[in-house]
Amino acid sequence: MSEEMMDDEEGVIKKFMYVNRKAPYGSIYALESLEVVLIGAAFDQDVSLAFIDDGVYQLMKGQRTSGIGMKDFSPTYRALEMYDVEKLYVDQDSLAARNLTADDLIVPVEVLSSAEMADLMEDQDVVLSF
Amino acid sequence: MKFGIQINEGPYQHQASDTAYQFTKAALENGHKVYRVFFYHDAVNNATRLAVPPQDDRNITKNWQALAKEYNLDMVVCIAAAQRRGLLDENEAKRQGKDASNIAEGFRISGLGQLIEAGIQSDRLVVFGD
Repeated sequence: MSEEMMDDEEGVIKKFMYVNRKAPYGSIYALESLEVVLIGAAFDQDVSLAFIDDGVYQLMKGQRTSGIGMKDFSPTYRALEMYDVEKLYVDQDSLAARNLTADDLIVPVEVLSSAEMADLMEDQDVVLSF
Repeated sequence: MKFGIQINEGPYQHQASDTAYQFTKAALENGHKVYRVFFYHDAVNNATRLAVPPQDDRNITKNWQALAKEYNLDMVVCIAAAQRRGLLDENEAKRQGKDASNIAEGFRISGLGQLIEAGIQSDRLVVFGD
């Protein structure tokens, strides 16, 4: 449990990390993960998002989805700031493996090595994996 | 230890629901507490009362129901995920103008806030998924 956790149940603040590992289209994980993040924002927890493996594609610029009949929900990631969700971490190796850099992403992120990402995960109270 | 359980995959299609059930059962039998089981993504289909698996196969929904009865387990189906996939309780069926409901006894439909709350209230949130 994190040190910020207080005894008073009302005021408990935990470190929540949402781990996004899937491409934005092709399965519903990314979209429904985002729905949890948005609802969860109301709970005033210490939230961070991690993007790993194909999950890095969720943040790619220039998503055009009309050809597959899906709604492009990528603008929602830009709106996360308004929900006080500002800690976005992207795995360096996952970017590199896909020939991407942080410049290809629609939001400012912190790029971490796998070891740094592991340390960050270790530090969480709750890890929700999608 | 107080556990929260999140399940992300559909029953029969994927092992996750079975593993989650076995884990939850083992935890309860060993004196641990389970604060809540939260069914998300295709896992909402764990809660249909209309599934008819072959007689020589396990019945996942009935397994959950029996466990819930024995241990007074809180089993929550995500409303947003459920509505997408046609899983309705009587109230929702009426509200949406549908001619039938299909949720099994022992499950209740509620919001994603219940998942976040399970994360806050439990010592460990364990996610079963792909």
